[in-house]
Amino acid sequence: MNKYYLNYIDELESEAIFVLREVVAKFQNPVILFSGGKDSIVVSHLAQKAFYPGKIPFSFLHVDTGHNFPETIEFRDRLIKKYDARLIVGAVQESIDQGRVFEEKGRNATRNSLQITTLLDTIEAHAIDSAIGGARRDEEKSRAKERFFSHRDDFGQWDPKNQRPELWNLFNGKYSQGEHFRVFPISNWTELDIWNYIHREKIEIPSLYFAHQREVLWRNNTWIPKSDFLIIDESEDIEMKKVRFRTLGDITITGGIESDADNLDKIVAEVAMMRETERGNRADDKRSETAMEDRKRQGYF
Amino acid sequence: MKKNTNQLLRFTTAGSVDDGKSTLIGRLLYDSKSIFEDQLQAIQKTSERKGMESLDLALFTDGLRDEREQGITIDVAYRYFATPKRKFIIADTPGHIQYTRNMVTGASTANVAIILVDARNGIVEQTKRHTFIASLLQISHIIVCVNKMDLVDWSEDKFTKILSDYETISSKMLIKDIQYIPISALKGDNVVNRSENMPWFLGAPLLHTLENMHISSDTNKVDARFPVQTVIRPQSEKHSEYRGYAGKIAGGIFRTGDDVVVLPSGFSSRIESIHLHKENLDEAFVPQSVSITLEDDIDVSRGDMIVKVNNRPTCTQDLDMIICWLNNNPAKPRAKYTIMHTTNEQKAIIKEVLYKIDINKIERDTEDKTINMNDICRVKLRTTQPLMVDSYNENRITGSVILVDDATNETVAAGMIV
Repeated sequence: MNKYYLNYIDELESEAIFVLREVVAKFQNPVILFSGGKDSIVVSHLAQKAFYPGKIPFSFLHVDTGHNFPETIEFRDRLIKKYDARLIVGAVQESIDQGRVFEEKGRNATRNSLQITTLLDTIEAHAIDSAIGGARRDEEKSRAKERFFSHRDDFGQWDPKNQRPELWNLFNGKYSQGEHFRVFPISNWTELDIWNYIHREKIEIPSLYFAHQREVLWRNNTWIPKSDFLIIDESEDIEMKKVRFRTLGDITITGGIESDADNLDKIVAEVAMMRETERGNRADDKRSETAMEDRKRQGYF
Repeated sequence: MKKNTNQLLRFTTAGSVDDGKSTLIGRLLYDSKSIFEDQLQAIQKTSERKGMESLDLALFTDGLRDEREQGITIDVAYRYFATPKRKFIIADTPGHIQYTRNMVTGASTANVAIILVDARNGIVEQTKRHTFIASLLQISHIIVCVNKMDLVDWSEDKFTKILSDYETISSKMLIKDIQYIPISALKGDNVVNRSENMPWFLGAPLLHTLENMHISSDTNKVDARFPVQTVIRPQSEKHSEYRGYAGKIAGGIFRTGDDVVVLPSGFSSRIESIHLHKENLDEAFVPQSVSITLEDDIDVSRGDMIVKVNNRPTCTQDLDMIICWLNNNPAKPRAKYTIMHTTNEQKAIIKEVLYKIDINKIERDTEDKTINMNDICRVKLRTTQPLMVDSYNENRITGSVILVDDATNETVAAGMIV
């Protein structure tokens, strides 16, 4: 005898698929914002499920800071091929070359906030009216107030105090010329839900999430990977450590944790026991208490 | 691997400004070990900076910059935690600004409303208002938490008095299930852990109650409803004949072989297959997202509804509903709005305002016909095309609508079909 209720993972999956199908119905030119991280990989997987046996009806948009983990780009290209999808790349380097943005200076410089301009320029250039993201409400306090369908004005800005109320599962995707929407199908998922789902669905993810030997240095309470973009002080030592990454951002700001979790079983068990938030290792969020909100208002992911 | 049967429970919290709502949520998160070390450290620092002696649990629910600066909550925030039994989503709604609007939003998807009452003050106007909104939005379960019991010497008499006062207001409303729990969010009594200070209370603490209450019947499993979201027609050789109707089941159970009818056209057919991705299902039920194929090649598109032949919704252009106005601009008499209902979108005009509900007195006002922000009114609407509706009491999904102002694109009203 069947039980006529869903477990929470199935319910979250059903909700996300519903949201993705609403996007197709309500927008002309939607894209999936693809970072190469686990959340956007899960969104892509959900999109494939939602429209099977059809193809994913969205292009993929990657904002390339140039400061990537090489593994991320390899993974991205493989995934695009697998889904037979179209890839749009917005390059931060181009924005810099065109003088649209200026690189930060100094040891803690990152290209993180530069992405905003590149993203908005790309959205405008391709007349994108809906950008689907893998942001989750549990990630960060300003994201806790985010809608499934999140309106952006014609400057790409988010006005958190003046959001449209969102009731039941009725999503208002109406916009005027020049405006667009950000859509977050996995709003209600937590980090552990994501890992449980990846595990259950056997979703392929970049090797960076699994524990591996890597050259790193200890900075801002986290293991920063050695890369060509990193300015290393004399006082800092490069060490070989077994690490894995909980989130993937730019290689310059994404810190790893020491871990032995080299398979999904171990990762799920490790995440369930975690005592620090996943963005705790992201230098971009540590700049101030409202660092994320400030970037989001301007048009960040 | 053991099959995961943990359910998802969504709840909303309602309370006046100083009823300790944020503290309660902070306590639930803290005692259920859902707070991370770095969050805890940030809160500790802020608590110290503000000169507080102990950890201010309420700070866990702080969000936007303006809120942190002004010490208020502006918008609905969503919080998450899980126990070995269930996953929980909290719609944390602010206590004062735009109260009705935010509580209606938070309540629209909730299984449970937690209504906080300050043990010192007992039932106040706000309590009535919150209970009314919870009943209006047909939240299946209400838990009345009588908070700050530490400040009334853990008095059983106080608790019993509040319980009895509450019955006088709730007995007039349509509420299916009410439970009462005496708590102290500040001290932690009866939130996650059983209170040693109130041995007279024989019920379960709040978290235990939330973990065990029966929620499988909160959705309508009787009347099968399938609003079509989109049609999947792969342009590939392999699937050239495929025509699948994608949607999320809004009510009841569908099985392969069921005789169905497509509304509003009225064409009938039979369910050939139900599937999600590569998995074929013999049956599917609310709230599953699936794709359905029919035996006959008939015209079906977004906004249509597939139902069983012998169990149909009402197909009508005239709607009688209770609306809650959510926008600063008042309703314009006889103006046209976009109405969104399931996957259907039409134009509608408000033909008549029958009455307004004074939510402080829970009384009808038939004189004042204006509709302003936070007003709750019974109205008659006419739509340009028929909608396939059920009453909101029967089905929260097929019984609800929103109105959108075409001039501003803003969502201006939430409606529940009578």
